[in-house]
Amino acid sequence: MTRWTMVADLRRCVGCQTCTAACKHANATPPGVQWRRVLDMEFGEYPNVQRAFVPVGCQHCEDPPCMEVCPSTATRKRADGIVTIDYDVCIGCAYCAVACPYQARYKTDRASFAYGAATENEAKRHDDARLAVATKCTFCVDRIDAGLAQGLTPGVDPAATPACVNACIAQALAFGDADDPQSNVSQLLAQNRSFRMHEELGTGPNFHYLWDGGEP
Amino acid sequence: MTPGSGGAVGPDPWVQRHWDWRAAGNFIGGGAGSGLILFAALGDTQGAPLVAALLGGLALVGAGLLCVWLEIGRPWRALNVFVNLRTSWMSREAAVAALLVPVTLAAAAGIPLARALAVVLAGAFLFAQSRILRAARGIPAWRAPLAAPLVVVTGLVEGGGLWLAIGALSGAPTPPLAWVWAALLIARFLLWPAYVRPLPERARRALEPAGRTLRWLGTALPFALIALDAMRPGPATAWLALAGVAAALAGSRVKHALVTRASFNQGFALARLPVRGARP
Repeated sequence: MTRWTMVADLRRCVGCQTCTAACKHANATPPGVQWRRVLDMEFGEYPNVQRAFVPVGCQHCEDPPCMEVCPSTATRKRADGIVTIDYDVCIGCAYCAVACPYQARYKTDRASFAYGAATENEAKRHDDARLAVATKCTFCVDRIDAGLAQGLTPGVDPAATPACVNACIAQALAFGDADDPQSNVSQLLAQNRSFRMHEELGTGPNFHYLWDGGEP
Repeated sequence: MTPGSGGAVGPDPWVQRHWDWRAAGNFIGGGAGSGLILFAALGDTQGAPLVAALLGGLALVGAGLLCVWLEIGRPWRALNVFVNLRTSWMSREAAVAALLVPVTLAAAAGIPLARALAVVLAGAFLFAQSRILRAARGIPAWRAPLAAPLVVVTGLVEGGGLWLAIGALSGAPTPPLAWVWAALLIARFLLWPAYVRPLPERARRALEPAGRTLRWLGTALPFALIALDAMRPGPATAWLALAGVAAALAGSRVKHALVTRASFNQGFALARLPVRGARP
C-alpha cells in the first residue's frame, strides 16, 4: 500500500513562507485562503523565549472527521491516504470545516484576486467550481497522479511532488510514502523524534513534525 | 511552557466563522419544533390545540431547515444532503425531517398510528441534531460529552414550553405531562453547570451570559409562574403560557450562544518544541 505523508522539520523551518507562496501560485487560492500556512509561534517569557515556525494545512488524516460528517460524500479518502473534495458534489454546508481540528478548510463565496483584477496566473487557474464549496490542501494530488503516470516518484522527483515541498528553501518539508520503509519520509521519521498535532483527538494525521534528533 | 515539557502549547483558538445565526436557527427551530411535536403527540391534547401544536412544530422545524438552506453555499444542490446516511448526522437529520413532515401532517389529520410515529420521529430528529454538534471534533464546546444531552433536553424544554403555552391559551386544563416538563426544566438547570464546567476557559466565559439567562429567564421565572398558575384552580392560565414561552426563549438564547459565541476552534498546538543547536 501507499500512504502519502508530509514531514515538517521544525528545527529547519525558518518561516520564510515560500511554501505558502508556492501553494498560492500552484493552486491560485484567493486572498485569505492559504492551503499551506506557516504559523509564527512564540513561547515562554523573556528571557526564556522560544520561537517556532509551524507549517500547517490539511493533515490528510487516517480517520478524517471532515469525511465522517460530510452529508454529500463530497469529501472522500483515496486508498493512498489523500483526502479529496469533489467540488461538483459539495453543497457548501461547511460542516467539514467545523469538524476539522486543524482549521484547514475554507469556503469562499465570491471570486476575488490579490490585486483586484485577476493576474495571468490567477485567470489561468481560476475555477468557478471552487466557489461556495469547501476547499483545502490537496497534497497537489494532480501533480502526484501525473507524476506517477510518468513513472516518477512523489517526494523525490519535483514534477511529482507538492509545490510547497519543492519550494522549501531549507528542506524543512518532505513528502513521500510512509508505508515504504526506504522512502525519504520513513527514513526521516525513523532517524528523528516526531509528533503529530492534536493526536489525542484520534484523527491520525498523515502530517508529522520533527522536533529533535534520534536518541544518542 | 518549556520545550519538552509534554504539555501542548500553541496560539489561541478563535471563534469559528463558518456557522452563524443561520446554523443556530436550525438548532433553535428544529429543537423547539421537534420538542413541540413530541409533546403534542405524546400528550392528551385533542382538537384545534393539537393541530396547532403539530403544525406549529412542523413550521419551526421547517424554519430551521430553511435557515440551513440559506447558509449553504450551493443551495440548488441541497438534495445531496441525503447521500451520506452511513456516517453523517446531517444526512440523518435531513432524512428524518423528510419523514417527519408527512407523518406529522397525518397525525394532525387524526390518524392514531401517525401520532405514535410522530413521537418517534420527532425524538429521532432531536437526537440527530444533538449528534451533529457532537460529531464536530474541531469545536471543543460542541464535542464535549454533555453537549448532546444538553441539546436534547433544551429542545424538549423549548417544545414542551410552547406546547404548554398553546394548551393554556386554548383554555385546556393543566395536563399531567406538565410535570414531566417541569422535571425537564430542572434537568436542564442541573445539566448546564455540569456541561460548562469542563469546557475550555474561553468557551466558559462566552457562555456566561447565556447561563444567566437560563438560570433566571429559563428556570426561576417559569417556576415562579407555575406557582402562580397552581394557586388558581381550574384551566391553565396565561401564567403557565408565559412560563412555557420564557423557558423556550431561554433555550433559544443558549443554543444561539453555543453555536455562535462558544464555538472556539481547536487552535494550533505543539506537543514539543524544536530542539535546535548544541545540547546542554
